Amino acid sequence: MIFLKLIVTNLRRHRIRSFISVAGIAFSVAAMLTVVTILQGAIGMFSGILSSDSEIIVFERNVSDLFFSNVPAAAVQELAAWPMVSHADPVLFGIVSSAGHPIITCFGVTAADARIRKASWIAGDKLSFAQHSDDVVLGERAAEFLSAKLDDHVPIGHGVFHVIGILKTANGFEDGGVFMPLSSAQSFFHKEGASSVITIKLNNKDDAASFKRRVIATFPNLIGLEDDEFTRSYSQFKILKATAWAVGGCGLALGGLGVANTMIMSVFTRIREIAILRVNGFSHVQIASMIFGESAVVSLLGAVLGLLTGTCLLFALKLVPALHGYVDVTIQPVVMLIVILLALITGIAGALYPAAYAMRIRAVEALRFE
Amino acid sequence: MNPSTPQMIDLYPSSRARIVLRAEDVWKSYDDGAIEVLKGVDFEAAAGETVALCGPSGCGKSTLLHLFGGLDAPDRGHVSVNGAEVNGHRNLLRLLRHEVGFVFQLHNLIPDLTLEENCLIPTVAAGIGHVAAQARLRRLAERTGLTHRLGHRIQKLSGGERQRTALCRALMNRPKILLADEPTGSLDEHTSSAVFELLLDIVATEGVTLVMATHDRGLANRCDRLLEMHDGRIHEPVSA
Repeated sequence: MIFLKLIVTNLRRHRIRSFISVAGIAFSVAAMLTVVTILQGAIGMFSGILSSDSEIIVFERNVSDLFFSNVPAAAVQELAAWPMVSHADPVLFGIVSSAGHPIITCFGVTAADARIRKASWIAGDKLSFAQHSDDVVLGERAAEFLSAKLDDHVPIGHGVFHVIGILKTANGFEDGGVFMPLSSAQSFFHKEGASSVITIKLNNKDDAASFKRRVIATFPNLIGLEDDEFTRSYSQFKILKATAWAVGGCGLALGGLGVANTMIMSVFTRIREIAILRVNGFSHVQIASMIFGESAVVSLLGAVLGLLTGTCLLFALKLVPALHGYVDVTIQPVVMLIVILLALITGIAGALYPAAYAMRIRAVEALRFE
Repeated sequence: MNPSTPQMIDLYPSSRARIVLRAEDVWKSYDDGAIEVLKGVDFEAAAGETVALCGPSGCGKSTLLHLFGGLDAPDRGHVSVNGAEVNGHRNLLRLLRHEVGFVFQLHNLIPDLTLEENCLIPTVAAGIGHVAAQARLRRLAERTGLTHRLGHRIQKLSGGERQRTALCRALMNRPKILLADEPTGSLDEHTSSAVFELLLDIVATEGVTLVMATHDRGLANRCDRLLEMHDGRIHEPVSA
């Protein structure tokens, strides 16, 4: 108890300095939590698009980005004919820009695709999809930012399209996207006869392994991955995750420098006190534990405050109309745990030099210190 | 008495007494030898003995106490407590936790802690259980008249109370030797006398050896032995 009090005493003595240090960690934690959660959410949404009513994604082997994947139409037909396959849906991804909107995601899909069949239509009729080559269906948010209503004609990229429906979807990418008939998309993006991926629904999920083996054996240039397998191995997701953690890590490193500064000041201002503890039998390890303990308290307070701030920030971002559907506030427990651990490690790292300095303090000299 | 031979018989306790603290030909200098503080000091103190070290400022009294307590190491010579060399790192913690206690001129208490918490610091360092530590504290607090002040912070205590607190803290782990560096130097005459009376009473009851550096000859004369330090040496004994 007294040891604990020795740890917190110095934090209470210098409240402002302690608060600034806690705030430094808190901002870092909040930044890391926000960036990681938003990106995890984005990845989850993209995965959600791919796994809509399907278990397996087939795409071109060794492509770094699905937008560059080319799966021939023949493969779609052959896969759809396999007995273990319930249905095979080709999807072509494309990105275009429009006046005032630099990025609009386009999905080339067939009328049989689950995204069309099972979607909640705000306006229009799902049976009218893919009747004409210039027909498009807009996600609700896309309709909003394109200021488009049913039967309007909207400029998208180098074309003008007829809006025949508006979909409501919880997925931010789909909600802000444009759905085109597959053949129109192939023509529009100059990918005649190809799709980016084929999403596969199996009759029996247990056949997944044998399906994947058969894909490799039949189509040497293609690969089939189960949804979670894809999410783990897709290089773009890996890059995004690494970037998120790197950005957050840099933030935490800055927070760590703040802790280091606080702890150095803490040691310098209590040299005499440390000497008193040494004279009264405190070992080097006990002195260092006290410094590390102080740093750990700062880090944990910062982590808790940061988690609260980050969560509030995410909820606030979710309410921003422009980000509607893009921010998923589901904070994964493992992310929270990692963030807390990283904050703790940062705090401990920041206390390394101050602790080493404190251990080297010679009582006999420090007792003369005023 | 021959001033050139300071190692006279009167420098030492009775040959029958058990020696708990010994210094042999101890030298100490600072600034790479530029300032020689101790120049071949020999010293012995027996169990339960009270020894006063008198001498002008800068004569090396405090330095000698620091060497006795292992806070500093001699350039040459040996210091041992109960036969064990002080300067080995392994011995140092045991020494500070169980063998010696320090009382300084400035009380050196931690102001943000209460009297009780300050006194319990040595027990925390030594890993002594809470119940045993509390029992010891209650007894010492009773002896020093501080029971009613246990929960008070140091800022609320008078000078005499602070020095009595420092005394309690020094004795918490039942050390064999108490090293006191001008323990009443910051107190007024009346309080000084009272605190010193208490100090002598407690060390006598606890069977602790007291080695005290002081300028106050009145107090020094009440010790079993009074040693005069001058120019880095214990020059001549003075009968107490």
